[in-house]
Amino acid sequence: MIKLPTLKKPRFDFWFFVKATVILAMLFFLVYPFSTLITRSFFSKKVDGATLENYATFFSKKYYLDALKNTLLITFASSFTCLLVGTPMAYLMTRYNIFGKKAIYVCIILALMSPPFIGAYSWILLFGRAGFITRLFAGIGITTPTIYGPGGIILVFTLHLFPYVYLYVSGALGSIDSSLEEAGENLGSSKLRRLFTVTLPVVMPSILAGAVMVFMTSLADFGTPMLLGEGKTRVLPVLVYDAYMSEIGGNANMASTLSVIVVACSLSVLLIQKFYVARKNYAMTALRPPKVVELHGWKRFLVSLPVALVAFLGLLPQLTVVISSFIRTDFTGFIGGFTLENYEKILSRLATNITNTYYFSAVAIVFIVIFGMLISYILVRKRGKVASIMDLLVMFPYVIPGSVLGVCLIVAFNRQPIILTGTAAIMIISYVVRKLPYTVRSGSAFLYQMDASVEEASISLGVSPMKTFFKVVARLMLPGILSGAILSWITCINELSSSIMLYSGKTSTISVAIYQEVMRMSDGTAAALASILTLTTVASLLIFMRFSKGKVSVI
Amino acid sequence: MQSHNVFIQDAVKTYGDFKAVAGITLEINKGEFFTLLGPSGCGKTTLLRMIAGFNTIDAGTISFGDRVINDVPAHKRGIGMVFQNYAIFPHLSVADNVAYGLKARKVPASEIAPRVKNALEMVQIAELASRMPNELSGGQQQRVALARAFVIEPSVLLMDEPLSNLDAKLRVQMRTTIKKLQRKLGITTIYVTHDQEEALAISDRIAVMKNGLIMQVGEPTQIYKKPENAFVAGFIGVSNFLDCEILGQDPQNATLIVGGYRLESVPISKPYSGPGKIAARPEYLTLGDEGIRGRIELSTFLGDFIEYEILLENGQTIQLNEYTKDALSIKPDGLEVRVMPDTMSIIVYDDNGEVLTS
Repeated sequence: MIKLPTLKKPRFDFWFFVKATVILAMLFFLVYPFSTLITRSFFSKKVDGATLENYATFFSKKYYLDALKNTLLITFASSFTCLLVGTPMAYLMTRYNIFGKKAIYVCIILALMSPPFIGAYSWILLFGRAGFITRLFAGIGITTPTIYGPGGIILVFTLHLFPYVYLYVSGALGSIDSSLEEAGENLGSSKLRRLFTVTLPVVMPSILAGAVMVFMTSLADFGTPMLLGEGKTRVLPVLVYDAYMSEIGGNANMASTLSVIVVACSLSVLLIQKFYVARKNYAMTALRPPKVVELHGWKRFLVSLPVALVAFLGLLPQLTVVISSFIRTDFTGFIGGFTLENYEKILSRLATNITNTYYFSAVAIVFIVIFGMLISYILVRKRGKVASIMDLLVMFPYVIPGSVLGVCLIVAFNRQPIILTGTAAIMIISYVVRKLPYTVRSGSAFLYQMDASVEEASISLGVSPMKTFFKVVARLMLPGILSGAILSWITCINELSSSIMLYSGKTSTISVAIYQEVMRMSDGTAAALASILTLTTVASLLIFMRFSKGKVSVI
Repeated sequence: MQSHNVFIQDAVKTYGDFKAVAGITLEINKGEFFTLLGPSGCGKTTLLRMIAGFNTIDAGTISFGDRVINDVPAHKRGIGMVFQNYAIFPHLSVADNVAYGLKARKVPASEIAPRVKNALEMVQIAELASRMPNELSGGQQQRVALARAFVIEPSVLLMDEPLSNLDAKLRVQMRTTIKKLQRKLGITTIYVTHDQEEALAISDRIAVMKNGLIMQVGEPTQIYKKPENAFVAGFIGVSNFLDCEILGQDPQNATLIVGGYRLESVPISKPYSGPGKIAARPEYLTLGDEGIRGRIELSTFLGDFIEYEILLENGQTIQLNEYTKDALSIKPDGLEVRVMPDTMSIIVYDDNGEVLTS
C-alpha cells in the first residue's frame, strides 16, 4: 500500500514557498550562470553574432588538442592506477588480519580528504628540483626520476584518489555472501581461479564506480596539474584558468568554450557509468559476510607490508608539509634548523586569508545544512514534477569542475545589474553550489529510512507541517546532516579550483595563498599554511568519525 | 474538545483510474467504537487517512458534527491518531511524547504534568515516564502512542491497525485495554483492522469493506450471524458454501436440495426457484443419521471442540465442528457420515449472491 503523505494541494503553504525559493535560487545561481557560459562559448571577439569559431579553434590548434590529449591520458591513467592500487588494498584489508587495520583505515581516509594540491606540493618538496630526496641522492651522484610532468601528476592523483576505489570495493566485498565463494570452491575452483571468476566479476561494478569517481575528480582538479605541469603539461582546467586570465576584461569566450568541453567530458563519463555500470549492479545482502582469514607470523607481516606502505605513501604529503613548516628557509629554499618563523610570517602577512577561509566555509556550511535538509525532504516526501526537476538541478554540479563553476559565476555576475565578482558572496555561492549535492544525497538516504508516520503523528497532534519539519524531521536528521556537513566543511576549506578564479585581494583564502606562495618559491610559508589546513582537516575528520559512528559514508 | 459524530457522505478517493474509495456513506455516532474491516487493498486505510486529513477527498464530504472538514488541514482537525508502527518521537522521553500535543495546544505547563501522569496511568505505564523510546518494548511503545493520542481529548480518535505489530498474546491484552479506555473516555473512535476476530471483539459497530465499497454495516453479532452477502459470510469467521437447488414458490416453506439431500421447510424472504448457495458455519452443521452424505477426511482434536474435514459426495470439502462435551468419541478418518445443516441458522443466497434468508 502506498502511504505517502499527500497533504493538501500546495496552494501557498510553507512547502510551496520553500520549493519556489529553492527553484529560484537554482535558476539564478546555477541555470542562469551555466546558460550564460554556453552562450558565451558561441561568441568571439573576431566575429559578430553567434559562431562556432571558438570550437573550431579548439579542434584545430595543437595547443588545445594537446591539452585534451593530456587531460584524457592523465584522467584515464589515474583511474586505471587507482583501480590497480585500490582493489588489492580493499581485498587484503577485508579478508586478512592486517596489522594496525584501524590506523591504516584512518590514513586512507585522510589521504582522500586532504587537498590534492598539497599532495602535489609536498611531492615537490621531496622530489622537486630542490627537493630533500633529490638533493640527498644528488649528493651521492644518483639522479632521481622527475616529479614534474604527466608521470608525477598521475602519481599524486593515484595516492590521493585510490581511496575511492578502496571504499567502493571494500563495501562490495563485505556484502558478498560467503556461500557464493564457497559455491565456487565446491565446483572445484582453485583459490586464485575463484578470485578471478567469482569474486572479481561480482565486485566489478563497484571497481568501475570507484574508477569513475577518480576520473571525475582528477578531471576537475586544477592545483595538481598546475603545480606539477609547470606550464608544459597542460590540461583543460589549467587552460580554463589561463584563458580566463588572458581574457580578463574581455568576455571570457574561450574560457567558456573550454569549460563547456570539460563539462561534456565529465558528463559523458557519468552517463556511461549510469547507463552501463549501474545497470549491472549485482545487489546483494550478505547473510554471512566473508570471514577474515587469520594469518600468523611472517605471512601476516608479508600481507600487511604492502598495505601499510601504500597507506604511508598516501599520508606522506601531510607529514612532509607539517615537518617542513618548522624548518628554517631563505630564498634558496629550506636551510635546516627548527623555527616558528614561517608561522609568524603567515600570521602577520596572511591572517586575512586564514580568517576568510574559516569564515566563508562556515557561512557556506550553514546554507548547505539548511538547503540540504529542505531539498532532501522535498525530494523524498514531496515527489512530483517540481521534485524531479529539483533532483536533476541539484545533482548537476557533480559534473561541473570548480574552475568551470568559477567561470560560470564570473560571466553571469560581472556586469550590471548584478555585480558579485570580487565579493565574499560569490565565493560562498560557489562553495554552496558545489557541495550541496553531497549533503542532499546523505539527507535523502536518511529520510528514505525514516517512517513518514512520525511526521503524521506530529501533524495529527495539532502541529502544522512546517513546525513539524523543524521540531521533528530536522531534529532527527541533524546527526546525519552534521556528519555530512563536516565532510563538506573539509572540502570547503581546502577548495582551490573555483577560489582561484573568484578571489580578489580581500577575499583570498589559505589555499589560494599556498598556490601563490609556491609560485613565488616561498616554500616555508606555503608549508605553514598547508599545515594549518592539514591539521584542521585531521581534527575535523576525527570529529566526523566520532560523530558518525561509521554510519555516514565519506563518499 | 467535545467528541463528535462523524458523517461521511459519498466519499471518493481515486489514484489514476483506480478507485480506492468508491463512494462511501457512513454515519458514526458520538462516542461509538466503529471499525473499518476488510482485506488489504479494500480502501479502509485510505478512508481513515481521508478522515485524518493525510489523503485529500476527491469527491463527497466528511463532517465532524456539523462542520465539514474537507478543506481543514490535518493539524487543525482535532483528531488523535494511533499508527501501526507506533510512530513515537524517538528523540523525546515517554512523558515528552505524551505532552507533545498538549504543548502544541498551549496548555499551561502546570496543567500538562498532571494530565500526562494521568494518561500514562490509564495505559498502565506511569513508571516509564522518564524513559526514552528505544528502551521500550513494542507493547509499551503502543501504550505511549495511545496515551499521546487521547490525552489531547480529540474529537475523533483514529487507529490504523494499531495491534498488528504485536505478538498474539499482547494483541489480546492491548485490545482489552483499548476497549476499556474507549468506554471510559467516550471518545468517538474509528478503528481499522484486517483481523475479523479483533473487530468482533472490540467494536460497537463494524463496516465490512471490499474494493472501496461498504459490504455491510452492523453490530458484531449481526455481522456474524446475518451476513448480508456471500463476501461478508466468507470473510467473517469460517463459512462452508454449498451449492443447492432452491424450490421456493412458497417462501415460508422452501425446499433446498443440497448434495442430493432434500432440506425441507426452510423459510426464505421471497418466492425464488433456481440454483443458489447456502452458507453454514462449522458449528451449524451436525453429524447424524440423516443429511448430506460424506466421508471424514481428517479429524482434529482442538480441546473444547473437534474439527472434522469432510468430503461430500458432490466433491466439496467442508469443515464441521463438534463440541467435545457433546461428542461421545472422536470419529475416525474414513468414516462414512451424514451432515445435517441447522435450517434456522444457515443463510441462503440466490444465484447473484443476494440473501434470501429473512
